[in-house]
Amino acid sequence: MIEIRDLHKSYQMGKNSLHVLKGIDFTVKEGEFVSIMGSSGSGKSTLLNIIGILDEADSGTYTLDNVPIKNLNETIASRYRNKFLGFVFQSFNLINYKSALDNVALPLYYQGMGRKERMERSMYYLDKVGLANWAKHLPSEMSGGQKQRVAIARALAADPKVLLADEPTGALDTKTSYEVMELIQQINDEGKTVLIVTHESDIAEMTKRIVFLKDGQIESDKSVNQVRASSYV
Amino acid sequence: MFNRDNWSEIIAALSANPFRTLITAFGVFWGIFILIILLSASQGLQNGIKRQMGGLSTNTMFMWANSTSKPYQGLPQGRSFNYKNGDVEAIKERIDGLLYVSPRNQLGGFGGNNNVVRGTKTGAYDVYGDYPEFILQQPMDIVKGRFVNYGDIHSNRKVAVIGEGVIRELYLSEEEVLGSYIKVQGVNFMVVGVYKSISNLGGNAEEAQKQIFVPFTTFQQAFNYGDIVGWMAITAKEDRPITDLKQGIFDLLKQRHSINPDDERAIGYFDLYQEFKKINGLFSILTAVSYFVGIFILVSGIIGIVNIMLIIVKERTQEIGIRRALGATPWTIIKQILSESVVLSLISGMAGIIFASLVLSLINWGLEQAPNANEIPIVNPSVNLGVVAVALIILVFAGLLAGLIPAITAVKVKPIDALRVE
Repeated sequence: MIEIRDLHKSYQMGKNSLHVLKGIDFTVKEGEFVSIMGSSGSGKSTLLNIIGILDEADSGTYTLDNVPIKNLNETIASRYRNKFLGFVFQSFNLINYKSALDNVALPLYYQGMGRKERMERSMYYLDKVGLANWAKHLPSEMSGGQKQRVAIARALAADPKVLLADEPTGALDTKTSYEVMELIQQINDEGKTVLIVTHESDIAEMTKRIVFLKDGQIESDKSVNQVRASSYV
Repeated sequence: MFNRDNWSEIIAALSANPFRTLITAFGVFWGIFILIILLSASQGLQNGIKRQMGGLSTNTMFMWANSTSKPYQGLPQGRSFNYKNGDVEAIKERIDGLLYVSPRNQLGGFGGNNNVVRGTKTGAYDVYGDYPEFILQQPMDIVKGRFVNYGDIHSNRKVAVIGEGVIRELYLSEEEVLGSYIKVQGVNFMVVGVYKSISNLGGNAEEAQKQIFVPFTTFQQAFNYGDIVGWMAITAKEDRPITDLKQGIFDLLKQRHSINPDDERAIGYFDLYQEFKKINGLFSILTAVSYFVGIFILVSGIIGIVNIMLIIVKERTQEIGIRRALGATPWTIIKQILSESVVLSLISGMAGIIFASLVLSLINWGLEQAPNANEIPIVNPSVNLGVVAVALIILVFAGLLAGLIPAITAVKVKPIDALRVE
């Protein structure tokens, strides 16, 4: 599903160049559940952003579902993001003047789907994350866990190949974190490829494979026995 | 492009901060409001001045005979001459583009002796010999009876049309005017009409009500003028300024009266068109100033929109980042921002137009109700519909422009940078 070869990325900080990713080789197969760990500054978010086509690598190759991602113009990049990828962010990134339902419907709107079908599908995914009753509420009327679940519904709405989550539990308390992870585990159980970035080891252990990043390089990459989040709740 | 979804996106974005949207909209609203009010005011003033001229045909020249100032063909300078009936025919025949050529003769005037007698009453009035067309050149209200007609001209009828001022002095209040007789320099004329002057121009409104009009042919016969024409009122067709035609008339008359072609003084004239053009020039300046001021106020309103759109886009950088992460193409984003600014400027512009028309109709109503409406030099302040349409088109383009800069700025930011903004 994801194939990365010798990926390099540096940021220009004034006169200094900051080499963030120093040759990453990384493969993810369909249906995998991978967490990327590392201390801050290890480049884990940068890697996720490149995988999410939100950022571009300086060198190396990146293939997503057999499509080479290289030198895309912004229009095509937007289409790929819409078609292949679902995003979940640490700070939820819901649009605060839109209802939960409208937020979920947004990627479908950008696909050009008709209003009726769009609303039906959004409602289906909202129901899936257990928030069907909150469809008409604004994000400001919801708790953090509810917001993140809306964000997950939104990420799933367009039926992407890969779900990318950047610190999905970073802004949540432990109990809510586990509820959200339980939801993500269910999604993976249904066969969706999931990649999350986290620096909490208990969260990482709920995935099936942990990749450690240190100073822009992969330090370790091992499969783990998945801890079910439901066992904590 | 504007389906229900786009509309709800636009409305949602604009109503996210209603106060700011309102303040921005007010800039454009005020701009177009002032533009329309200014233009209408200048139009109203123009209408008012025109009404005060009493519908005078402005493409008109009055022409009389002076004495020559240059010798020619053995004739001395200082020779006086008169226009003749033949000159009128010649002008009508030879000069193209003329509407009316009215020969006129006049008795009395300028505080002359009493020249009109009715029973025991006498008065000094201007008595004019005129053709029927004259009333088209200098309109007046015929309040009773009729004006001179061609029947009068052809049969030299001794009939007269008199002013209300004349009636006040020669008649008792209950006396029947039509059919009565007045004696002008010993000749009896039957009164067939009463007129009322409608021009307020020149300040001699009182004098203007004290005139007597008789048929031109009758005048010549009754007062021993032979075929002498005192002066002429010549009106040209609408698209042919009399100012351009007058030299041809002068040349023709100089030739017929053996006047030196270089003699500038022999023919006296007053070119109303030229004078009116000066007033028109004033109006043009007034209109231009109105446009100038109005458009600049409009521009400042539009700058306000650009400003606010820049702020809005800046504030929504993160939102735009989210939208792009979810698959919005740059064009989708640009379209969204452009539609927001166009809708904002268009709605506020239309509100300005509506408000301005309300104010205008209120002013119109007030003017009509005013007891001295005739003295107010503002009539029907209004604005050309085309101007309003152009203003709206300008607004749409301005809205596009106002949105374009921030939209391009918004799209230039990489989605990841946009997302990082907190």
